[in-house]
Amino acid sequence: MTKPKVATTSLAGCFGCHMSLLDIDDRILKLVELVDFDKSPVDDIKTFTGRCAVGLVEGGCANEENVHVLQDFRNHCDILISMGDCATMGGIPAMRNTIPLQECLDVAYKTGVTVYNPDNVVPNDPDIPLLLDRVYPCHEVVKIDYHLPGCPPSADTLWEALVALLTDKPMELPYELIKYD
Amino acid sequence: MSTTITFTIDGVDVQGEPGQTIMQAADAAGIYIPRLCAFEDLSPHGSCRVCTVMVNGRPQSACTQPISEGMTVENNTDEITEIRKDIIEMLFVEGNHYCMFCEKSGNCELQALAYRFGIAVPKFPYLWPERDVDASHPDILIDRNRCILCGRCVRASRDVDGKTIFEFVGRGPNKRVAVNAEANLKDTDAAVTDTAMDACPVGALLKKRVGYATPVGERRYDHNPIGSDIESKRTTTA
Amino acid sequence: MNTSLEQEVKSICASCDNDRTRMMDIVRAVQETLGYVPGHAMDLIASELGTHRVEVESVVSFYAFLSSRPQGKTVIRLCDDIIDRMAGIEHIAEVFKEELGIDVGETTDDGALSLEFTPCIGMCDQAPAALINDVPVTALSSDRAREIVQGLKNGEMPKKLVHRLGDGNNADPLVHSMVQNNIRKRGDVIFSDHTSHDGLKKALGMSPAEVIREIKAARLRGRGGAGFPTGMKWDFTRGAEGEHKVVICNADEGEPGTFKDRAVLTERADLLFEGMALAGYAVGADTGILYLRAEYAYLRQYLENVLKERRDKGLLGKNVCGKEGFDFDIRIQMGAGAYICGEETALISSCEGLRGDPKNRPPFPAQKGYLGRPTTVNNVETFCCAVRIIENGAAWFANLGTHGSPGTKLLSVSGDCEGPGIYEVPFGITVHELLKEVGAENCQAVQIGGPSGQLVGPEAFDRKIEYDDLATGGSVMVFNNDRKVLEIVDYFMDFFIEESCGYCTPCRVGNVLLKERLAQIMNGKGTPEDLPYLERLGNTVKTASRCGLGQTSPNPILSSLQNFRSVYDELVKPASDGMQPSFDIAAALKTSEEIAERKSTVFTTA
Repeated sequence: MTKPKVATTSLAGCFGCHMSLLDIDDRILKLVELVDFDKSPVDDIKTFTGRCAVGLVEGGCANEENVHVLQDFRNHCDILISMGDCATMGGIPAMRNTIPLQECLDVAYKTGVTVYNPDNVVPNDPDIPLLLDRVYPCHEVVKIDYHLPGCPPSADTLWEALVALLTDKPMELPYELIKYD
Repeated sequence: MSTTITFTIDGVDVQGEPGQTIMQAADAAGIYIPRLCAFEDLSPHGSCRVCTVMVNGRPQSACTQPISEGMTVENNTDEITEIRKDIIEMLFVEGNHYCMFCEKSGNCELQALAYRFGIAVPKFPYLWPERDVDASHPDILIDRNRCILCGRCVRASRDVDGKTIFEFVGRGPNKRVAVNAEANLKDTDAAVTDTAMDACPVGALLKKRVGYATPVGERRYDHNPIGSDIESKRTTTA
Repeated sequence: MNTSLEQEVKSICASCDNDRTRMMDIVRAVQETLGYVPGHAMDLIASELGTHRVEVESVVSFYAFLSSRPQGKTVIRLCDDIIDRMAGIEHIAEVFKEELGIDVGETTDDGALSLEFTPCIGMCDQAPAALINDVPVTALSSDRAREIVQGLKNGEMPKKLVHRLGDGNNADPLVHSMVQNNIRKRGDVIFSDHTSHDGLKKALGMSPAEVIREIKAARLRGRGGAGFPTGMKWDFTRGAEGEHKVVICNADEGEPGTFKDRAVLTERADLLFEGMALAGYAVGADTGILYLRAEYAYLRQYLENVLKERRDKGLLGKNVCGKEGFDFDIRIQMGAGAYICGEETALISSCEGLRGDPKNRPPFPAQKGYLGRPTTVNNVETFCCAVRIIENGAAWFANLGTHGSPGTKLLSVSGDCEGPGIYEVPFGITVHELLKEVGAENCQAVQIGGPSGQLVGPEAFDRKIEYDDLATGGSVMVFNNDRKVLEIVDYFMDFFIEESCGYCTPCRVGNVLLKERLAQIMNGKGTPEDLPYLERLGNTVKTASRCGLGQTSPNPILSSLQNFRSVYDELVKPASDGMQPSFDIAAALKTSEEIAERKSTVFTTA
């Protein structure tokens, strides 16, 4: 019997949730017994090789590439999980949501007190993904099946959730495993 | 004259004294009714609606409704739980709540209620309102992004401190807490020792330079759900 | 603030005895004098009244007709309720904008004129209409709008813009208004010609308990819409402990589509004041307050004069009608633009000089109302009914209408019909009969009871207008087959968002969320799951809100979901392949594409 496949990605996140995933310590050995990793920074597979049972998405959607990747995940994964506060509510990147985009760029590249940018250039290479008007939680872009908040969600939270899903158990996390910080 | 009033909450007999609200009687009996705008001895406000219960089949706020003989109160039913979750989620999407860096995280009553109800994410879309921060005062910070308009600071300042530093202005979605000055808290006679400064359930009204003092794991709601202290007083079982 | 303005503010405060509870009168007067209530005036008012500046700001910021920012000397308020929209107010607004050179919400550079939208001003039967300061201008056309702007630019006073006078007392010099009464059907109770004006005298010959018994026997129910038995309310107030009891008349008819009180105040002011005095006698009150909505300020002088005449005749004041020990007088409390003040406890807050926030109940107004005194608050029409009941006897009244809803009801009918106006009909009339009476053809939907009531379709036209079936405070809006149901619903939700006091969470936030999802559906981005979402959310708002506004605000959505489900079903589409239809990548990228001056290569169709 082939093992179910898991894919992971970090959109507008800080990879902290992925660090937390690695924080399951020796349980990671059990995890690789349970699953194969497909597209993921864990194994550096860049494109989906096939259908996945579970997709773990860190980060919200701040730019067009995030949307593209998220939609790709939705298309390839049976179950999609928002992992961490950025995915569930936008997180720290969403602090720009109440500020006009132009002002954000100006402060970041021109007027911010720590900016050193003598040419006064705002990067605009065609390869740079265009920013969205604001940062969107993943579930406002595609349908998300489960949400694991936290900044990051604890290793125990991620482990319990994954094991429940992969062993067909209901995902009922105890009080101490749902936290927003 | 001291008579006892007997009524039921979720089928359990509860005794109370005349003049008590449902919430007061329930607290004494060790039954927790979730709440945000009700706070200690402040006059009841009835605004957050988290304490909504069914009294003889009709919705009432437990913090304002007096008890009466034989009344039937429903507190912990599926219908009420759904309503409470909706209200808590409304408060999350109405403001800009960044728990991940908020000084109040772990001690925040709004967050704690969401934990208690097992809310992973609100079902409503985030509204991302534009709210301001008033850091003008040397010892006190107001972050209106986190304000849930419960009026606890308003009542504490007016009724306990006798200062009326805060009051609501505007209406509807534009309602906000203003200070008793042209714009800034520093121009009021607010003091960090005011009781109002300890009244905020969330991280909207904070004392400066004392944040993050308690390590994660030792904060008020890290291990025990909000309301556990009240529930631990319960002696009888249903 | 210069010294003369300072003196002005001080003298305004002094004219109200520096009484904090007269805050509404004070800030209204300051607004009238200065054109707005600036911060330094708030400081001054606070110090004169011994209160806090932020409490003054709290009041000023609550009411739509008060402003803490400079406004034009003349404010043009275009009524943009649904009926006025149907009558073309948006086109009229364009004319005003063009002629004034400003947008809605702005003031001309010379500070002379401001242009605003305002919800229903009670002129739906003569829409499109506007208020120019206090002066209503009705049945507006583009030409008329141009003339008005020209006149104002030439420095004419708003009253001069009244180019023809309305019927009845509208032509009285103290009213001097172009408003038409449009009383299209007179019934036996309010607009009958046989008003003897001896109801009060007759009541004073009875004991207060007998008066209340008679009102109870007539089974009179409150005409504001909720239908609480009036006799019972009076009985509670009478029985409550406390001195200086209060009778308040709720003349804050703000429910969009209602304008019947306008006609009663214009044509039956004596009957109304007689009813208030009668109620005062029944409950043992000495104070009467007529809470008059700001939109009806044009009637104020006239009403003040009616009160004066009644005082002169001994019908108000000390020993009313010579009845030893019965002292009762009435003052007029002006509102300042807040629908919520039609809610009785919010109205009391407003009378007390506070924000129009509803109060927690209990205590009920009958126990502790205005300034903590036992208070009864009744509708304009209810007081009039009470007089007629005492005049003609309970049995006469109880025989009109239906058993559960005795008497007649004033209906304000507007929208797609030949005869918009006021109809006094016996309770129990069916929607169908009413539509025939008002000349409505091709009727798709009728909104009974205003936005807080029900939107019903033809399958409900056999239903009766009465408390136990289709209840209404008087508003009946008729929509023909050309109207879009969801546009009506959408407007009503805007109205509730605008008018929510914001005190409680479900109403303050829930209505915004309801409106958001409705807009998504209207934009073709809704899914079938959005309909149960709306029902659940609507139910939470209804159940958990603190007062009648929130408890009824989801009705436009809930009643249209129930009665016009197919309209929604046609718009929603199942989401394909797990994407959220509400996410609009093109819109999300628009600003970025403009700033970067390049198009997305990832989403080329965007």
